[in-house]
Amino acid sequence: MTEPLLKIRGLKLEGQSDETWTQIVNGVDLDLKRGEVLGLIGESGAGKSTLGLAAMGFTRDGVRISGGTVEFDGIDLVNSRMSVKRGLLGKRIAYVAQSAAASFNPAHKLIEQHTEAPVRHHEMTKKESEEDAIRLYERLRLPNPEEIGFRYPHQVSGGQLQRAMVAMAMSCRPDLIIFDEPTTALDVTTQIEVLAAIRDIVDQFDTAAIYITHDLAVVAQMADRIKVLFRGDEVEEADTRTMLSEPREDYTKSLWAVRSFERPAKPAPATDAMPVISVQGIDAAYGTAKVLSDVSFDIHEGRTVAVVGESGSGKSTTARCITGLLPPKTGVIQLDGEDLPLDYRKRSKEQLRQIQMIYQMADTALNPRKTIGEIIGRPIEFYMGVSGREKRKRVERILEEVELPPGQYLHRLPSELSGGQKQRIGIARALAAEPKFIICDEVTSALDQLVAESILKLLARLQDERKLSYMFITHDLATVRAIADEVVVMKDGEVVEQGDKREMFRPPHHPYTDLLLSSVPEMDPDWLTRLLEERGRDNIGDASTGRAS
Amino acid sequence: MINWIWAVIVLAVLFGLAFVFRAAGAAATGNKPYFRDMPFAVAFGYVFAAAAIAGGVWLWFVPGAVFFRWAVQFFVAAAIAAFIFRLAGRKVGTEATKKAFRHMPLTASFGLLTILIYALISVFAGLLAPYGQSEVVGAVNLLPGGDVANGGDPAHPLGTDQIGRDLLSRLLYGAQNTVGIAFATTCLAFFLGGSFGFLAATIGGWFDNILSRIVDVLMAIPSLIFALLLMTIASAWAGSQQWQLTLYMIVIIAVIDSTRVFRLARAVGQNIVVMDYIEAAKLRGEGLPYLIFKEILPNATAPLLAEFGLRFCFVFLTIAALSFLGVGIQPPLADWGTMVRDLAQFINFAAFSPLAAALPLMAAGAIALLTVAVNFVVDWMLQRSSGLKE
Repeated sequence: MTEPLLKIRGLKLEGQSDETWTQIVNGVDLDLKRGEVLGLIGESGAGKSTLGLAAMGFTRDGVRISGGTVEFDGIDLVNSRMSVKRGLLGKRIAYVAQSAAASFNPAHKLIEQHTEAPVRHHEMTKKESEEDAIRLYERLRLPNPEEIGFRYPHQVSGGQLQRAMVAMAMSCRPDLIIFDEPTTALDVTTQIEVLAAIRDIVDQFDTAAIYITHDLAVVAQMADRIKVLFRGDEVEEADTRTMLSEPREDYTKSLWAVRSFERPAKPAPATDAMPVISVQGIDAAYGTAKVLSDVSFDIHEGRTVAVVGESGSGKSTTARCITGLLPPKTGVIQLDGEDLPLDYRKRSKEQLRQIQMIYQMADTALNPRKTIGEIIGRPIEFYMGVSGREKRKRVERILEEVELPPGQYLHRLPSELSGGQKQRIGIARALAAEPKFIICDEVTSALDQLVAESILKLLARLQDERKLSYMFITHDLATVRAIADEVVVMKDGEVVEQGDKREMFRPPHHPYTDLLLSSVPEMDPDWLTRLLEERGRDNIGDASTGRAS
Repeated sequence: MINWIWAVIVLAVLFGLAFVFRAAGAAATGNKPYFRDMPFAVAFGYVFAAAAIAGGVWLWFVPGAVFFRWAVQFFVAAAIAAFIFRLAGRKVGTEATKKAFRHMPLTASFGLLTILIYALISVFAGLLAPYGQSEVVGAVNLLPGGDVANGGDPAHPLGTDQIGRDLLSRLLYGAQNTVGIAFATTCLAFFLGGSFGFLAATIGGWFDNILSRIVDVLMAIPSLIFALLLMTIASAWAGSQQWQLTLYMIVIIAVIDSTRVFRLARAVGQNIVVMDYIEAAKLRGEGLPYLIFKEILPNATAPLLAEFGLRFCFVFLTIAALSFLGVGIQPPLADWGTMVRDLAQFINFAAFSPLAAALPLMAAGAIALLTVAVNFVVDWMLQRSSGLKE
């Protein structure tokens, strides 16, 4: 068959903002043969999700197709009737969204949602479809395939839910599936399961797929060909191996280069040096559920300690204990050798000032109703008692330090800023208190790679200039490699392994560290295949299956 | 029976027309997706709207449809007034207000204008009113219009009530009493409910539990009966002091209504309290007042404003209802609720004399107009503050 399954020619999409229409995709061509997987990559705002939806002939509210054609198996999707599209969607074209948790209806059981499409399209009866769903669950290696479908979405873990969603997309055996960042919200260890499952099932049914992601290493495992987008324009397209080994365009090269940022390691602190923060044997619990047991580590001046582990391992809880939001049951937390009161309400203003925090989601960490000037100015006013012109001057100086031109930003609201800029404001607010110690809670995981790198560089520079100490919570080992001096690996509320970064990345490891390290996707298209062979088919991601059941 | 058959026939014709309309539209525009993919309901809506407009035009020329003509005239006049008001707002004032007026929908401009007029009237009622609010000045039950042939009197353009008080004066004073009291009550209800709601959300734990249970108890009692009960007690305390009873009424209605505000403020507050910026403020060591007024309140204004618009109308109606039952604003003070009650029988004469029926409707209309205006403005503010486009 020579005619491609999906043929997009000169597709232009426009988005509406403030009653004017601006072009967000500027004439993209795309061909997809049967059984082929195309990776679409780019930063946020590159138009990749919009393009993915348009490939189904669908646009979100406030987006319209302003030119070009989309042909699916000879059917014109731009100009055909709604009823024609309805006959295709779910049956021959399916969609897997980024957040399965937000895409499943929480009020219905998984299998009921699964059977909806086949029954409506008269492909199967409800009974047949249920049996088929169980077969698909089995193929996707979901635990207890017989009964998992009869649970509600909140009763299964994130990785399982994402796989259930893939199964749902497969329910009518479509010719084309659009995957929109299906693993972005998952831990590395869980990601492996989902990636393997997707790749298997796409192979088995010879389904064509468009795989949208911003993670190059992931797309390298999944796609036969890769298309790079930048601000609505196609940068280049090539098959995966060519693209990885010899990218043509500068932009693509810059994307490839991001992963190579690594700051030189600092010398180990003197053995008798007083740590800035010392956590000694803390136990913590939410109610009766124990979440931390005997966690201890030291953080010395001017050094970064990365705390890694999957979600639920107690990383963020440790941070909450240090800040005093969750007073530990037992244990001691010392700042400069002095015991801190365990509850933040009992700490003095000075003690509070020394420990600051930068959050993962800058959107929720900045009050949307306050201007940047107010957000950064408040700690200055609160701790230093400075106000008026002097405060303004200091705010401007801090803005300069985080590389934002102060003139433009003082009176803006957070919603008028991009994700990276918001994160810089979050950093500026922490700096404004002039602390010794900053907790960075997944500060780069919500950002694009290029932006994330610039934030990491900024944090590294600030650390050198101000002798700051960081506790860096992350699940991304590339970030650890880039910025950490020491690493603490956590699992189920316990410290599994800790030590100098260089030692940590050198074998032998604790088995769990090994699992984490080996689960980080590499830019090698054969990596996943090799890994699966090494681990053996049945126990991929044995660290996480069954955890949520 | 015949009417029923007629209705079915008309509906069937409209359905047919909708089909024809959609097909014709598709044919005329060369199969544009707008017509081609138009749901049948939308086509029906177009046809139905056209039919309604045609019906309206026909109704305009029916001699008996006085109220309809009044309503249309009023509607057009209001639209024109709102338009002019908006134009004026764009020319006069500071940069900020000019900008606000530039993006203002006509409904909001109408609402603002109406509220402004109400405010002016309630402030200057004493100067504007030709007579006192309790002054018996003329014959009883004079009709509005001021036309002697129709049973009016030029000295009383809006007529007189059942004991000969001038209705225009009473309407003007009624604005002062009813609107002023309702506004004060709503503000008090929001102050109480909002503060305690946010406190409960921020502190949580036992404090939240105690407050919430108290509110549950208050909410479990039907509000009008509860208000009636308390007002009866209050009127015994107040003795003959008129202003004291009014004060009691404000407090009683405010407390009862603040339970609803509490519920909302607590729910909204709980969603905001879990945000990271609140955590950041707590860790900074900020006190409760800062947390509530500087961090939480600005983010809760949108739902609270919407509630304010609704609550104002409810309070308004509660006062009218209490007055109607005889325990609210006491005669001889003018109050729109009382006026509607006193003149309600005239509504029976609508078929014979529209002017007579207008007597109670003037006060009722004043209540309705303000309610609509407040909600227009609140909708607009909501849209502005939440950044919603549609």
